[in-house]
Amino acid sequence: MPDIGHFIHVFIDSYPLFMKGLLLTLQITVVSVLIGTVAGLLFAFFKLSNSKVLNAIANVYIAVIRGTPLIVQIFFFYFGLAELGISPYWCATLGLALHNSAYIAEIFRGSIQSINKGQLEAGRSLGMSTSLAMRRIVLPQAFRRALPPLGNQFIIGLKDSSLAAFISSSELFNVATTQGSRTFEEMTYLLIVAIYYLVLVLLFTLLVNKLEGRFAGGDE
Amino acid sequence: MEQRKVMINVRDLNKSFGDLHVLKDVNLEVHERDVVVLIGASGSGKSTLLRCLNFLEYKQSGTITIDGKVVEPENTDLNKVRQEVGMVFQHFNLFPHKTVLENVIEAPLMVKKVPSDQAVQEGRALLKKVGLADKEDVYPSKLSGGQKQRVAIARSLAMKPKIMLFDEPTSALDPELVGEVLATMKDLAREGMTMLVVTHEMGFAREAADTVVYMHDGKIVEKGNPSQIFSQPQNQRTKDFLGTIL
Repeated sequence: MPDIGHFIHVFIDSYPLFMKGLLLTLQITVVSVLIGTVAGLLFAFFKLSNSKVLNAIANVYIAVIRGTPLIVQIFFFYFGLAELGISPYWCATLGLALHNSAYIAEIFRGSIQSINKGQLEAGRSLGMSTSLAMRRIVLPQAFRRALPPLGNQFIIGLKDSSLAAFISSSELFNVATTQGSRTFEEMTYLLIVAIYYLVLVLLFTLLVNKLEGRFAGGDE
Repeated sequence: MEQRKVMINVRDLNKSFGDLHVLKDVNLEVHERDVVVLIGASGSGKSTLLRCLNFLEYKQSGTITIDGKVVEPENTDLNKVRQEVGMVFQHFNLFPHKTVLENVIEAPLMVKKVPSDQAVQEGRALLKKVGLADKEDVYPSKLSGGQKQRVAIARSLAMKPKIMLFDEPTSALDPELVGEVLATMKDLAREGMTMLVVTHEMGFAREAADTVVYMHDGKIVEKGNPSQIFSQPQNQRTKDFLGTIL
């Protein structure tokens, strides 16, 4: 039977260390999802483009990124870029960004394609250029539709950021493993870090639900 | 009789989708202030003809002249042409993320760069005209089909087009809502708007059309004034078609 009193003691004691890890985790996640969103949108446009070359680039990119493990990609960046003096933080962030972008590209492609063709035609019939009609009419609707799967991807990205621990980036999970092996209390620290992740995910889910509520209405 | 300008002139228009030859050597003239109604069975090419005139579809051969200018999609600024040619769709295609007023002022603001005050003022006037002044802050999802279509008409008019194309504007409506949309269109016709209307509403054709054009299998089979077409159709196909629907 684990000792609850001891657990609470360790939890409070390790709080400053974990908060540092938590900040880094959030930083890795937010930055990588932001970069991944921009790149994902770009690759979604490549996939939707009439150009066979751009289609092919997007298809190969998505196939390779989705077809290889994230940890392999992170190590690739680590061994490839660390030599150039790039920090483990950026190696992990870029690896995650790359990984996210492939999934986000598919999310955007799907949501853009789900918007009725009549919307673009209505815009064009009013004299809008294709790009203006895309920007003003199609994309705002597509973003709303993309919000739930994007939220989901963010949660996956948040948890995937734990893999950065393996290239000695001292985010949440890294704090847990280091503390665990230092004190031989692996289980305690694993439980603590699990609580941190769970709370983060729950808070974020709440935020996404709020956003979805705010953008609700005005659908077809 | 006064000589009126030819607003739409179609010569030997051909359009295919793959192996499907949809429009076959179509010739059509629409004069300024004319209301021309296109009738015919589904698949006869009426809607495709309309879409070719707004360049949502490109023709394979023939010439299309809009307001005196020959329009070749390859070397014409189609966005400019489309500003002159409004289009109302069967399924309204209102912008669901924008309110009624925002729908109406979107293109004037974004395309014509009309100052916001002026766009709003003109937009409100148009909504009043189609009887929806009290709905300006409502989202389209809260409107009935007939109201949606009237907003769509106002949205099109906001660009001050010289020609209005209507692609089966009442086909997606519940029967009791058809009347309000047709009434709006009749108002527009009375004001002298040049209109080309694809519809199955023969009552509208009879009342509001200057010319009725019957299409069959991608060809214009017969055209004439409404009393001529409805009372003494010359072509056997026209007779058969009218027999099935009247």
